[in-house]
Amino acid sequence: MTDLHKRTLSELAGGLEAGDFSSVELTQALLDRIGAHDETLNAFVTVTGDEALAAAERADAARAAGEGGALNGLPIVHKDIFCTEGVKTTCGSKMLDNFVSPYDATIVERMAAAGAVVLGKANMDEFAMGSSNETSFYGPVKNPWDLARSPGGSSGGSAAAVAARLAPAATATDTGGSIRQPAALTGTLGIKPTYGRVSRYGMIAFASSLDQAGVITRSAEDAARLLGVMAGFDERDSTSIDEPVPDYVGALGTSLDGLKVGVVRQHFDEGLDGDTGARTREAIAVLESLGAKAVEVDMPNIDLSVPTYYVVAPAECSSNLSRFDGVRFGYRAPDPEDLLDLYCRSRGEGFGDEVKRRIMTGTYVLSAGYYDAYYLKAQQVRHLIADDFKNAFEDVDVIAGPTTPTPAFRLGAKVDDPITMYLNDIYTIGANLGGFPALSVPCGFVKGLPVGLHLVGHHFDEATLLRCAHAYEQTTTWHTACPEAFE
Amino acid sequence: MSAWEVVIGLEIHSQLATKSKIFSGASTAYGAEPNTQACLVDLGYPGVLPVLNEEVVHMATMFGLAVNASVAQRSVFARKNYFYPDLPKGYQISQFELPIVEHGELFITDADGNEKRIGITRAHLEEDAGKSIHEGLGKSSGIDLNRTGTPLLEIVSEPDIRSAKEAVAYMRKIHTIVRYLGISDGNMQEGSFRCDANISVRPEGQEEFGTRAEIKNLNSFRFVEKAINYEIERQIELIEDGGEVVQETRLYDSDKDETRSMRSKEEANDYRYFPDPDLLPVEISADYIEAVRAELPELPDAKQHRFVDEYGVKNDDAAILTISRPVADYFEAAAKATQANAQTVANWVVGDLSGALNKDGLDIGESKVSAGELAGLLTRVHDHTISGKIAKQVFEAMWAGEGSADDVIEAKGLKQITDSSAIEAVVDKVIAANPGQVAEYKAGKEKLIGFFVGQVMKETQGQANPGQVNQILKTKLSG
Repeated sequence: MTDLHKRTLSELAGGLEAGDFSSVELTQALLDRIGAHDETLNAFVTVTGDEALAAAERADAARAAGEGGALNGLPIVHKDIFCTEGVKTTCGSKMLDNFVSPYDATIVERMAAAGAVVLGKANMDEFAMGSSNETSFYGPVKNPWDLARSPGGSSGGSAAAVAARLAPAATATDTGGSIRQPAALTGTLGIKPTYGRVSRYGMIAFASSLDQAGVITRSAEDAARLLGVMAGFDERDSTSIDEPVPDYVGALGTSLDGLKVGVVRQHFDEGLDGDTGARTREAIAVLESLGAKAVEVDMPNIDLSVPTYYVVAPAECSSNLSRFDGVRFGYRAPDPEDLLDLYCRSRGEGFGDEVKRRIMTGTYVLSAGYYDAYYLKAQQVRHLIADDFKNAFEDVDVIAGPTTPTPAFRLGAKVDDPITMYLNDIYTIGANLGGFPALSVPCGFVKGLPVGLHLVGHHFDEATLLRCAHAYEQTTTWHTACPEAFE
Repeated sequence: MSAWEVVIGLEIHSQLATKSKIFSGASTAYGAEPNTQACLVDLGYPGVLPVLNEEVVHMATMFGLAVNASVAQRSVFARKNYFYPDLPKGYQISQFELPIVEHGELFITDADGNEKRIGITRAHLEEDAGKSIHEGLGKSSGIDLNRTGTPLLEIVSEPDIRSAKEAVAYMRKIHTIVRYLGISDGNMQEGSFRCDANISVRPEGQEEFGTRAEIKNLNSFRFVEKAINYEIERQIELIEDGGEVVQETRLYDSDKDETRSMRSKEEANDYRYFPDPDLLPVEISADYIEAVRAELPELPDAKQHRFVDEYGVKNDDAAILTISRPVADYFEAAAKATQANAQTVANWVVGDLSGALNKDGLDIGESKVSAGELAGLLTRVHDHTISGKIAKQVFEAMWAGEGSADDVIEAKGLKQITDSSAIEAVVDKVIAANPGQVAEYKAGKEKLIGFFVGQVMKETQGQANPGQVNQILKTKLSG
């Protein structure tokens, strides 16, 4: 069994079920790959080898006893933003370098209950703030397609691990494109469900009204499988919504007859790289060949997404990150002179530049005298953007476009230019502002680098997105492409 | 020197009597070992989220209805951001723009005995912070987060209060209401009920408010009165000496009986309030509000009026009887169980019973004489078995555990003498023994009747029926 790492999660599930290999064998094979490649990629903050093998043994035993859940024995990786009991949970920050969570996030709990085996915790931009994984305290993750390039962010570790076949799937989070952009830049599939679909309990908050957990996989079917386990109401998260979770796998199909696909006029402007735009149009043509009907839709306010996001998200983060004060957990500056010194140095030394930039921006926009002009105005614009989507969904079932303006950029290229970096999320942020589900599916290459097709669906309609991506995957091979160095 | 008008507004923090915290399942019990009643949510751990305890919405609704306020069908929790070690998340979850209760009112009795309306601007739900502990830890400070997340109702009055006495009357009224509703234990020693006072003065007749100072954290009625009076005097003196009041937060030092500056407006925090994205707006239906209204207990004002109307109790006594619901219930139970006049019952409850309770440091719930037993005693006065004076003696014996009124009367032979011939015999004896006084009485000094009554009562150890004694004496002396 030398090719286990090449298989998708669904193929692995079949192999385990058929008894072709054990979860322990599978887990060990992937741990070996992580050992061989992660020094290069830096996709992991923590590898939980012993815990993973123990979990794999339990899964094998359960299977032998005719038991085991939907993910029994299947290895996954958790983004290091999810609290994992007894395991370091850093959120990519020096602030939490010493933080061992005393509890499991709801999704961690649910996936463990379903029998998943956790290989480790994935590297990420610090507190999920970044689009290149360069803000991580643990250093940037390398893109498996070109080690000089960024895998995107903030879920760069999750995406790189899946793209490099170190794991079949990884959890991730998306506040403003943080699942879909890295998925696009690494040739993987990433889905951000509807806001409220997956519990945020135990997911370290960046911007509470935008954060949503999802997965990065190598196929729509794998994503459907995982989402089925993760999704659903959680009484510990007041913003999770008590809406029935459909059978995502069962809803997959190959025909897109009657599906109406909206193509946003504003997404094909001068900001979009020509080749990336071409791949997107080709992908939309494939959807049409499968029976879908493409129509142009107008979203007059969508261009305001990035500025709106960069008011709302920092505002929430400035408050969410106040709890990191050096008092109860996390980094504490040595020998503080007094309380103020303890606060200032713990936070000054514990947080990186991008986090500080956003805390300061957020503090500013919430300040007396500025609140109305910034925060309140941004909330109003946010409604307008959501209305653009709702209006579009009166006519269409999904909205399709590019996930990113360009393929993966070079590490270091945008580090000193936050605005250019922020614009990398221009097509994805709208879905967060409106709480809509969205995914990115690999749709080809530009100069040897993968790009993604972005699909946005109506609230709670992840099933249509997955069906669409799955059908697309049945007639294309982009999602199966593997970076040469990681065959 | 011009006359000054004082303007006061109070912000009362009343802890709500829920079993668990406002946003977590941890217990709210008071007095546990430090940090044993703080769960991960209270500690503000990474990734945890608040979930609203629905009971607090019920309680706030009760309060709103009790003070004739409007209860919002949609209210919103907001974050009040500031750094302090006893505030684990770096923000307090409170309500800001859309509180659950607005536009309420209540009535107090002012210095002239008139009813005065005090407006209630709003009442909102929020979480309490923990406590910093500075004693006994050397250069460090300790933090006890047990209190973190305890639900509070912050009740904000209009600046309608004009004296320290009115402030106390208002605070007492709120205290009575929250305890009537059973939404707070009102325990001031434990900090369950405390207030901040905003105080300013202005020349009488001026419409504009003066600059106010806020005195924080007053936790007894006495301190409220003293702190406000101190502050009024300080402000007037300051202005009359040519100075200016600065807007600031002050603390009251009860040992020195003075207020002192804590921080000025310039040092004040910008709290950067914004709606808490972790919590949905609280939405309640009109039906819900009506259902809560239907289950409201009778409130102190209504009860007071009813005691006057239904039982004929004097208004002042009715006011005292209705300060606490258990006292009112005691009175009413006793009044219903006796044929004696209800005012007599009221006199006993306000007088002898309260005295006995105070002396033994007991609550009415712990009274050694039950409402039924007191009723039994007063029935015996009413049916002339004993006199009112003997009743006090019987009450003392009952308090000492010697049994019911009838038991005591029987055991001690205290039954009143109502046999006219027996009383007449004693009267004759007293008249014969005091010829001088008889002569004076007959000469017109009629108030000597009291002397004769006293002598008869003395002879009968108080057991003669005073009415009969009076009557017989008058007849015989005028004969």
